[in-house]
Amino acid sequence: MALKTEPFVLNLGPVHPSTHGVFRMRATLDGEVVVDIEPIFGYLHRGVEKLAEQRTYTGIIPLTDRLDYISAMNNNFAYCLAVEKLAGIKVPERAEYIRVIMAELQRIAAFLIAVGAFLNDCGAYFTPFLYMFREREKIVDLFEMVSGQRLTYNYMRVGGVSQDLPEEFLPALRKFVDEMPRFIDEYDRLLMQNEILLARAKGVGILTKEQAINASASGPVLRASGVKWDIRKADPYSIYDRFEFDIPTGTVGDCYDRYRVRVEEMRQSLRIIKQAMAQIPSGPVRAEVPHLIRPPVGEAYARIESPKGELGFYLVSDNSIAPYRCHIRPPSLINLTALREMVRGWKVADLIIIFGSIDITVGEIDR
Amino acid sequence: MKFERYGIGIIKGLSVTIRHLLRHPTVVQYPEQRLNISRRTRGNELIWNQEKCTGCATCAKSCPLGAIEITTSTNPVENKYAVEKYQIDTGYCIQCGLCVEACPYAALYFSYNFECAKYRRWELVQDKEKMRETPERKVSGYFYPERATKLPRQTLLIERITEKD
Repeated sequence: MALKTEPFVLNLGPVHPSTHGVFRMRATLDGEVVVDIEPIFGYLHRGVEKLAEQRTYTGIIPLTDRLDYISAMNNNFAYCLAVEKLAGIKVPERAEYIRVIMAELQRIAAFLIAVGAFLNDCGAYFTPFLYMFREREKIVDLFEMVSGQRLTYNYMRVGGVSQDLPEEFLPALRKFVDEMPRFIDEYDRLLMQNEILLARAKGVGILTKEQAINASASGPVLRASGVKWDIRKADPYSIYDRFEFDIPTGTVGDCYDRYRVRVEEMRQSLRIIKQAMAQIPSGPVRAEVPHLIRPPVGEAYARIESPKGELGFYLVSDNSIAPYRCHIRPPSLINLTALREMVRGWKVADLIIIFGSIDITVGEIDR
Repeated sequence: MKFERYGIGIIKGLSVTIRHLLRHPTVVQYPEQRLNISRRTRGNELIWNQEKCTGCATCAKSCPLGAIEITTSTNPVENKYAVEKYQIDTGYCIQCGLCVEACPYAALYFSYNFECAKYRRWELVQDKEKMRETPERKVSGYFYPERATKLPRQTLLIERITEKD
């Protein structure tokens, strides 16, 4: 005999340690089972798209740092590619390699945070998170060396990068690349076969191939569902067609697959960095670009594979010094739309894990 | 999940944490121990060279937040601009460095200082006097590589911890 119960509405957030920022979910529960969920965002809205309409093309780059603040280099990269496409600027060879090295380092750093935070949500409280922060610190040290800051780098410019690498950068990077695989193995040993993690993450929050494609999910969320889609391979931007790397994919599309895909991608990023380090030429790092860029009338869309998925910048120019319209396609927001399908029928404790496995940054969702 | 391998993953994981007990600490006790920051640090203050500045206001135009305020007047005797007022509200400044890059006469630099907390909001406004280069207000090497080589080498975590296990 089933007892007739009333659905209960639970607000998770906006200030909740497991919502990764100021993000709110209104969950409708039946007992402990999630019946429905409604993500409510906008608590971190700063109006970046509107602000961009009043700034020069160079002045927008600091704004893009603050979108997905844990992978600021990738945001710079996507924006600069969009402006270069719009204005038809050719980037010097050395700058392209520097950009790729920076983007891949940033990808590793972002995945370290994503995996650490996911394990944190699973209950491995802060131990793996802090181990991963130690490795991230090494990457952040390298970023500080080249750009002078640790979070909002503002390193890439339209037509190249702001400054050349200092001479102590490449030896330090080589040391990092040599050491890092050992640490990734250590993370594997730490929790990859942990029985509690397997029990909590395997088969939980399954997003099928069809659902993932229908929700136009991208990045690790899509690849964990078994779709071999990576913009670096499918639509190579910059110089990614020169490097050899694999696209790790999952099989089922559960939380464990998403976690494993991220760890595997760190290894692939290291492979790309190794190849880029071997091939990097010398030369100028910045093309001759006027101080105030006035691109011809038109529009351009440039996309990259950011750690979260497909990050796109759509710019419309009216031949003035500021864009007429700047639209950002944030991967976190699009991936979040698949959350409702993933969590239905799971318990509240699983909701936290499933949400953590999508890996969102609220700065990017609200913009 | 098979029953016979129950616990092996946990024991493997614990072996990693136990090994970490024997490792060198990664953290430093900050106010007592200090690491060298990057040579290209974008510090909390800006340093301005009055002799080199021509009052062209390129820095003010390139600032995305409009934090730089500059007033000039013409000096017909010497045939140049005289900078009457030059001030930066570092409370607005996001340390993006676009002004330093834009300066065509190499008159604007970042400072190497990072501990610039103040008690009052108005103390954050830097005027001409507070923007001079002094021994305690060192210049950072951001965008000026020849100045960067004079600064101490940055301590890197990857070089600080040398472990073999």
